[in-house]
Amino acid sequence: MYMNKCIKELHEDLKNGKITSKELISESLKKASSLQKECNAFVKILNDAKETEITDNLLSGIPYGIKDNLSTENILTTGSSNTLKDYVPFFTATCVEKLKNCGAVPIAKTVLDEFGMGGTGTTGHTGTVLNPWDKTRICAGSSAGSACSVAAGVYPYALGSDTGDSIRKPAAYCGIVGYKPTYGMISRYGLFPFASSLDHVGVLTRSVEDAAIVVDAMKGRDNKDMTSWDSANIHLYDSLHKEFTGKLCYIKEICDINTYENPTEELKAHLENFNNAIEKIKKEGIEIEEVSIDKNILMAIKSTYDVISSAEATSNMSNLTGIIFGPRAEGDNYIDMMKNYRTQNFSPLIKRRFIIGSYSLQAENKDKYFFGAQKARRLIVDTWNDLLKIYSAVILPVGSGPAKKIEALNEKQSKEMRMIEEHLIVGNFGGFPSITIPDGFINDLPVALNITGPCYKDEEVLNIAAKVESIFPYKNQIRKADQND
Amino acid sequence: MTKYKAMIGLEMHCEISKTNTKVFSPAQNSYSKKSNIFINPIDMAFPGTLPVVNINAVKKALTMSIILGCQKPEYLYFERKNYYYPDLPKGYQITQETKPAPIGIYGSLKYECDGKELTARINNIHLEEDSASLDHFADVSVIDYNRAGVPLLEVVTEPDFRTSKEAIAFLETMRSIYQYADISEADAKKGQIRCDVNVSIMDSTLDEKNPQNWGTKVEIKNVNSFSDVASVIDYEIARQTELKETGQYDEMEQQTRRWDSVSNTTKFMRGKVDAIDYKYFIEPNIPKFKISDKLIDEVKSSIPLLANERKNKYISEYGLKPEDAKILVKEKNISDYFENVIKEGLEPSKIVNWITTIILGSINKLEISIDEFFITPSILAEVIKMIESGKINKNQAKNALYEAVETGKNPLEIIKEKGLEQISDDSFLIDLVTKVLDEHPSEVDDYNHKGLSNKANFLLGQIMKASQGKANPATTMEILKSELDKRK
Repeated sequence: MYMNKCIKELHEDLKNGKITSKELISESLKKASSLQKECNAFVKILNDAKETEITDNLLSGIPYGIKDNLSTENILTTGSSNTLKDYVPFFTATCVEKLKNCGAVPIAKTVLDEFGMGGTGTTGHTGTVLNPWDKTRICAGSSAGSACSVAAGVYPYALGSDTGDSIRKPAAYCGIVGYKPTYGMISRYGLFPFASSLDHVGVLTRSVEDAAIVVDAMKGRDNKDMTSWDSANIHLYDSLHKEFTGKLCYIKEICDINTYENPTEELKAHLENFNNAIEKIKKEGIEIEEVSIDKNILMAIKSTYDVISSAEATSNMSNLTGIIFGPRAEGDNYIDMMKNYRTQNFSPLIKRRFIIGSYSLQAENKDKYFFGAQKARRLIVDTWNDLLKIYSAVILPVGSGPAKKIEALNEKQSKEMRMIEEHLIVGNFGGFPSITIPDGFINDLPVALNITGPCYKDEEVLNIAAKVESIFPYKNQIRKADQND
Repeated sequence: MTKYKAMIGLEMHCEISKTNTKVFSPAQNSYSKKSNIFINPIDMAFPGTLPVVNINAVKKALTMSIILGCQKPEYLYFERKNYYYPDLPKGYQITQETKPAPIGIYGSLKYECDGKELTARINNIHLEEDSASLDHFADVSVIDYNRAGVPLLEVVTEPDFRTSKEAIAFLETMRSIYQYADISEADAKKGQIRCDVNVSIMDSTLDEKNPQNWGTKVEIKNVNSFSDVASVIDYEIARQTELKETGQYDEMEQQTRRWDSVSNTTKFMRGKVDAIDYKYFIEPNIPKFKISDKLIDEVKSSIPLLANERKNKYISEYGLKPEDAKILVKEKNISDYFENVIKEGLEPSKIVNWITTIILGSINKLEISIDEFFITPSILAEVIKMIESGKINKNQAKNALYEAVETGKNPLEIIKEKGLEQISDDSFLIDLVTKVLDEHPSEVDDYNHKGLSNKANFLLGQIMKASQGKANPATTMEILKSELDKRK
């Protein structure tokens, strides 16, 4: 078994001839096919994947997965939506193109919440993705299939996209690493848009080192994306083991159990685990301080996000009319054709967001909701930027515990719970580099912490993450069921 | 219209045709009758595509903003105008609203109407993308994406026109600027110019500076030629006057209408309550762009002479008559033609009449643009040079040009074939003169010794005859006189 190994190890084995790219692909495809039956992680498994030449590039010859909202030429790309269930693009996303130039081998297109608009992994058109650690639970989303397959050892990494926490939350629930770099570091050309000002491409891996290697390969200025920037002087992998002298902070309002009325046992355990983690990290010589911020700022995150992301989404997805691509609907006139196509093919969850978005952009509501949300976004980002002037990064627990039970999804959460569930969104508001790494287990289910730093300081954020990762025994972990294969 | 006066405002859309590529995609910016050949996934809004601003389109827009004397914003933003229509692939148009500021606000343009100089205030000018074009057939409609994403400039005026004549004079001045500033061919036949027209009327006695006195605004959308703009305005003024006269004007709501060119009337489209909410917001895929002083200076220094400036130059530097100068600058390509003939090394004053008469007359007759005319500036220059050097006379040149237009033959060929070129070769002429003098000794004697000077004309006639009319009369006369002298 090789696919549980990290990229560097695989590269050495390929270089030494211990294994071939062809054998890796075959193992990966086999694992993918069995995981598909078990957890439903894929929209499509690329059974005709071909080996590539082994070069000095660390990614050459090694299999990986692609979230199915990244455009791949001549390969089905659905966004996990019925609106594009047969769509085969004729161009490839820049990030995938870059990996192709490294000799990386795509093995599968992974399931997401429809167009990335969900956090459960249950809304893709091919059905729910089950958590590989416990199949009665969700993976979270939207990069559900990518998280599931990396955790199950199908390949060492899979691409994801992150608009609210779509890489970092499923990574937490699947016991792996999820990294979203600074906004614009990786080109969005070819990423099906959800909310353009919040969308990021990133990666799910089993180690900080692998995340650094993959993002090094994907990043860079792209003439096709005006928001991308030149990061030629950033070397994530080479900077992993630099000395770190800064300090971190965590936010009292999120991490203190007393914030929450009637906390669940899982939340108690999660926060206790987090506080223990903080102590361990401190013992290793990294300074961490508790800070306090206005609770209203934290409480505003979710509604601010709902307004901005829904408004942008309703506009971004107006191209889905079934006229140029997608299964064209019947209708007496173009309006009926568009209406029928959209009514038949979008899931109710998405329609709900379209209505919220449309409502908040309407002339009579725009000041209050859309511009109000823009203002709130600025206030929230300013708050974080103030912290990041003093601290190298903010370190916080991810979610309110381990992955939720599928049947418990509709349970209402208290207002306070939103603070711990939704703070990762700040990384999207500010475009901050943000990485999630495992920090323990609750009832045999993985939980994680997140490290978020200032824009363009990706090297330092990964450097901190690598140091924290080395304190815990979860580096390169795959799910338990596959550990003894 | 003495009882009422009209308040007319224009929204003039003009495609920027002088960039190589579209405004947000690398597809070619060209006009073609062949559908869907200048397209890119961006123009058709395939999922995952992103707009990339064409800096040359921004420069062209900035050029117009500067010419109109508009205030420029510090940063350039784009916005999304959201609505569904089959010609709009993304479901939104990338454009510029007035907040934050578009490429230009609050400018003005001086123009001439009936010999009077008028000023129209410009509310704003913004850069946006054109939509695809639709063709409707009996049972299907087809979409052509060639036009989708072509850069488009929209100029919005204040309601500063009172008559259709003023509006048309303004539009013609604008078109001339688009052409002279190398922004657009501004060819209505290619659909490059489209207008929305606002018309309202008010009592003549009231103060038009107070907006409260204005009438109810009626907007007429998508008027595609200047003559239609004039018809729309005249029709609306008449229609609204009729409503006033019959006491129904106050019931008329603010509305959008369209021009129906079959019935030559405007038709109701929608009232104010059905106005579309475009849900504008800033395009997140285009970061704000700093309009630096350097960029403005660069654009300023690249603005060529416009029609009025060329006219003044023709009058003061070239000494042309004002009426001739005016004709030459009316269309940029005619003015360019004129200047290209000058470049061939000719005096402007020797060229102007040829262009204002034969050349313009011919292209009008042939119904072509001067750019398509086979008698190019260099051919015309050759013909004029032959007159200047005495090889042919003006009448011969004129006839050759007319025949060329008739037959499509090169006038230079015609001159050659017909042997119209005059003989000015001295040695050849001396031989000819000697021969004729030898044949007419008594006439020579009459001239030389009997003082009958008219005999010289007789002898010249004989020489011309012998040369089949090709001898240059002036040169021949000189030689004749000196040869006669020798025989005294």
